[in-house]
Amino acid sequence: MKYALYPGCTVLGRGRNYEMAARQVARVLGIEFVDLDDFECCGFPIKSVHYETFMMMGARNIFAAEQKELDICTLCSACTGSLTEVNKHLIEHFDEKTRIVSTLKKNGINYRMGRNIAVKHFAKILYEDVGINEIQKLIRKRLSNLNIAAHYGCHYLKPTDIYKNPEDPENPHTLDELISVTGANSINYSEKLSCCGAGVLAISEDLAYSIARPKFQELSGNSTDAMVLICPFCSVMYDDNQKKIEKKFGEKYNLPVLYYPQLLGLALGIDAKLLGLRMNRVSTRALLEKIGA
Amino acid sequence: MTELSPKFKYEVAQEPGGEGIKLCFACGICTASCPIRAIDEGYNPRRIIRMVLLGMKQRVLSSDFIWFCSSCYACTERCPQGVKFTDVMNAIKNLAVKQGYVPTPFVQQIDILKRFGRLYEIDEFDNKKRAGFGLPKVEKARGFTKKIMEMTELEQIILRKNEK
Ligand code: SF4
Ligand code: SF4
Repeated sequence: MKYALYPGCTVLGRGRNYEMAARQVARVLGIEFVDLDDFECCGFPIKSVHYETFMMMGARNIFAAEQKELDICTLCSACTGSLTEVNKHLIEHFDEKTRIVSTLKKNGINYRMGRNIAVKHFAKILYEDVGINEIQKLIRKRLSNLNIAAHYGCHYLKPTDIYKNPEDPENPHTLDELISVTGANSINYSEKLSCCGAGVLAISEDLAYSIARPKFQELSGNSTDAMVLICPFCSVMYDDNQKKIEKKFGEKYNLPVLYYPQLLGLALGIDAKLLGLRMNRVSTRALLEKIGA
Repeated sequence: MTELSPKFKYEVAQEPGGEGIKLCFACGICTASCPIRAIDEGYNPRRIIRMVLLGMKQRVLSSDFIWFCSSCYACTERCPQGVKFTDVMNAIKNLAVKQGYVPTPFVQQIDILKRFGRLYEIDEFDNKKRAGFGLPKVEKARGFTKKIMEMTELEQIILRKNEK
């Protein structure tokens, strides 16, 4: 199993813990990552400004992976959505792909027409390509005493028409199963499928914080040990901004927020430090003590 | 304000993602599904579609609320008519930009992307830190994003705003 790793801007800038844990977990599971040294922004921030620029930025990153003849593994759900959308368009419109390759070439960016590749989120790779059964075999430490709240986020699931094996966005299961295989209990809760609000953070912090709030209100009132998510934008909202949201509403949540590979890594017996668990904004110390890590 | 542009709906429909707008039968499921609407009553997907269909071009394109959509795709998934409202919003925003309405955060992001190719610059210092955590070096971006933005003349489109 070999993929071109596309970390994306936000993971590089704000999710070092995610990148560390993903690489550690991949190593143990036999997933090989090849780094794309010429990757740049996927284009997501430009989509609402200028679609053609968005398309070209995405396409160029896809061509970079095509040259290596590797499928792309993404860590960020926004990158996943953008690159999948562009890739689908290129696969379905050969003329468009030819046009963009030649336009880039005319401007000194040289990629040959490569064979089509796939774009896949790391969690989907774990679920579909490695598989729950294989992961099960490698679990060294069952995290049976943890109650975990899965946060799927929007772009991992939607829009369903761009994805190859879409889940029912109203009733998804992959992340719950990935959590369960660690031995932890993936809880049911009513705000499970809520949007984190990061999409409007740049436009209005107040609005974004208000969107993130209901999840905290529900989870801080029950016995949840941590929220687990798979997107650096969601993490910026729930982990990085948790203190600010507490302050804005005069509430206290104190809810640890982990990236899924951090949770899986603990169950695979990887050292907490190597999983970047000290870098999470909301302290994970009590959680680690609870599982004796 | 009351001036109407009957062709506005065709302009939206011609933008990538805007095609579906004419299929809307105003059921309001999008509005009922929208997390932004749940917080801010001023944001209303169904009403935005009505405004477009009625030709309220300047009012829609110059409004702040078109930038409130969080791109969560709840409306798109639930629409019984296949309107893909998230993409329609995107089409509207693209048109707003062409009219010179670009929120400042986007102008700033474009500037950063032009300079570093990514939203965050990874310099020598960051790479040293990365090495300390066992992470591989990140190569400097090679200016592809800047090149692409020049090719699509994004800057000229954005600059129009600054002239205003
Ligand atoms: S859900 Fe679809 S058809 Fe119903 S109002 Fe919204 S866009 Fe129109
Ligand atoms: S995509 Fe935008 S308009 Fe649609 S439900 Fe989400 S926030 Fe509302």
